[in-house]
Amino acid sequence: MYTISNKLKTFSIALMILGLLGVGYGFMTSHKSFEEVETMLSEDASHHGGGHAVAEVSEHSNSGHETNAQDATTQVDEHTKHVEHVQHQIANRPWSALYVAAFFFFMIALGVLSFYAIQFASQAGWSPVLFRVMEGITAYVLPGGVIVLAIALASGLIGHYNIFVWMDPDVVANDKLIQAKASWLNIGWFAVRGVIFIAGWSLYRYFARKFTIAQDTASDDSNFKKTFRISAAFLVFFIYTESIMSWDWIMSVDPHWFSTLFGWYVFSGMIVSGITVIAFIALYLKSRGYLEVVTDSHIHDLAKYMFGFSIFWAYLWFSQFMLIWYANIPEEVTYFVTRIEDYNLLFFGMMVLNFVFPFLVLMNSDYKRIPWFVMMSGVIILIGHYIDVYVMIMPATVGDQWGIGIPEIASVMLFLGLFLFIVFTALTKAPLVVKRNPFLKESEGFHY
Amino acid sequence: METSKVIHAIYTDDDVLMNAVKKVKAEKYHIEEIYTPFPVHGLDKAMGLAPTRLAITAFLYGAVGLIVSIVMMDYIMIQDWPQNIGGKPSFSYMENMPAFVPIMFELTVFFSAHLMVITFYLRSKLWPFKKAENPDVRTTDDHFLMEIPIHGNVLDLENLLKETGAVEIKLIEKEEAH
Repeated sequence: MYTISNKLKTFSIALMILGLLGVGYGFMTSHKSFEEVETMLSEDASHHGGGHAVAEVSEHSNSGHETNAQDATTQVDEHTKHVEHVQHQIANRPWSALYVAAFFFFMIALGVLSFYAIQFASQAGWSPVLFRVMEGITAYVLPGGVIVLAIALASGLIGHYNIFVWMDPDVVANDKLIQAKASWLNIGWFAVRGVIFIAGWSLYRYFARKFTIAQDTASDDSNFKKTFRISAAFLVFFIYTESIMSWDWIMSVDPHWFSTLFGWYVFSGMIVSGITVIAFIALYLKSRGYLEVVTDSHIHDLAKYMFGFSIFWAYLWFSQFMLIWYANIPEEVTYFVTRIEDYNLLFFGMMVLNFVFPFLVLMNSDYKRIPWFVMMSGVIILIGHYIDVYVMIMPATVGDQWGIGIPEIASVMLFLGLFLFIVFTALTKAPLVVKRNPFLKESEGFHY
Repeated sequence: METSKVIHAIYTDDDVLMNAVKKVKAEKYHIEEIYTPFPVHGLDKAMGLAPTRLAITAFLYGAVGLIVSIVMMDYIMIQDWPQNIGGKPSFSYMENMPAFVPIMFELTVFFSAHLMVITFYLRSKLWPFKKAENPDVRTTDDHFLMEIPIHGNVLDLENLLKETGAVEIKLIEKEEAH
């Protein structure tokens, strides 16, 4: 039995408290008045030697008398609209920061859940010693999913439509494209779908966990067979719901844009971060002496998956990007135009973190057995995939008003603390290695 | 022509062979070669063979392929004749890079795979009209053969091999090629 160390407990609680304070600070400082935003924009423009804000204002004051009055009023309108737009973007930032961090930690747990189901359905012989670690991580699926859905709904019901513009009736009234999608993109149906997804995933997690614990003390393999069956069924359910979830929770921040391989793209990021976290927690428990059966051959296998799925992610990233770049259809390409213009470093930097680094670092077979090496590359992969989620959400909500400051870091701390607390508490609930699993012997003796 | 004496010990089971290799190694005899009909897992480790460096060569060949593809397309598409083809930007390599990636990828794999295979053939001296080096035809079917050169007491070695479960022990005079 594993017991959570007091140090870890206080650490995670401290993270949550600090995170909460930071998130609170983010919300307190994000409500700027119209005048504040106006002065901020003109200061910003004068720093950079003349942006559009100053150009608009000066143009208005110089040419206003000479041209007709109608022109002048449209320019004033334009200016007001622009300032209001930026004001809204600034107000969106703490919401989006919270949402990105919440989704990032949730997607780790969901990625692990799908990996866990694959291990059962494929009857993998190497992984049973890691099942309890995976079950510990998937304990976060239910609370994490509920939090993500709650933030999404709250941004529309409590906030001022800070994440999803299609939730704003004023926007929809003037937007034919969103009107046409309104039968899918409306808050009620969105909430119902979210609840169905979370319920399905949690039900699988609940029963898989129940059966593997029952298998520990059983006299035959009937529980194992049950887990096998529900895992196969879950994988079918999962691939549908994961796809739809990615449209709902991520793609719909840009309701004018669509991409067919988006679901797989989100999934690839999900499973690679999930596997990285499995390796992290297995290595941590092993270093504390709780998981001696996990050998460097198991770590080697996990590192191979990290390597392979990193490349898989890059393949999907590039396929999505290259198809849209090549055809250059205006209604699709705006998605990448905003990302390349406003998020250049992050957008291409994550390619380096998520593909080039893991590709070069995890290629050598010997390095994949060295714990600190796997840890280091895992940290890079996780940072890269946080940025991936960030670049999927932020351009649609805060546009060029983005930053990585207190709201973002505090949100990550908040959910990291919660994640650690829930996962390590779940790990204390059952022995760290399953018993009586038909593949356990093979897994214990697994040697690559 | 110089001749040398070797002992051929024949086994019929790979587990027995593995144990025999360990015993013979423990007695500090040098094993010249082992012939098996199929890969025996762990045999290279038991014999103390150095790990292969083929994977490293493959990586280097892949790097060569990547460079070839970049230089080729930069020359053809950007330097030599930068035409406007369907509005694709041909002012610099980076601007049109996504269109080149499929070729960069394929050439990397192509160079890596083919040159590595050729390296393997060269290093293991395999080619179409090569004369087969098979001391006993049964080793391609169900027998395992261990070849040990002799310097000194033959009887000791024969006894040791018998102990390890060899079904057949032959003393052979071998003509050396050089």
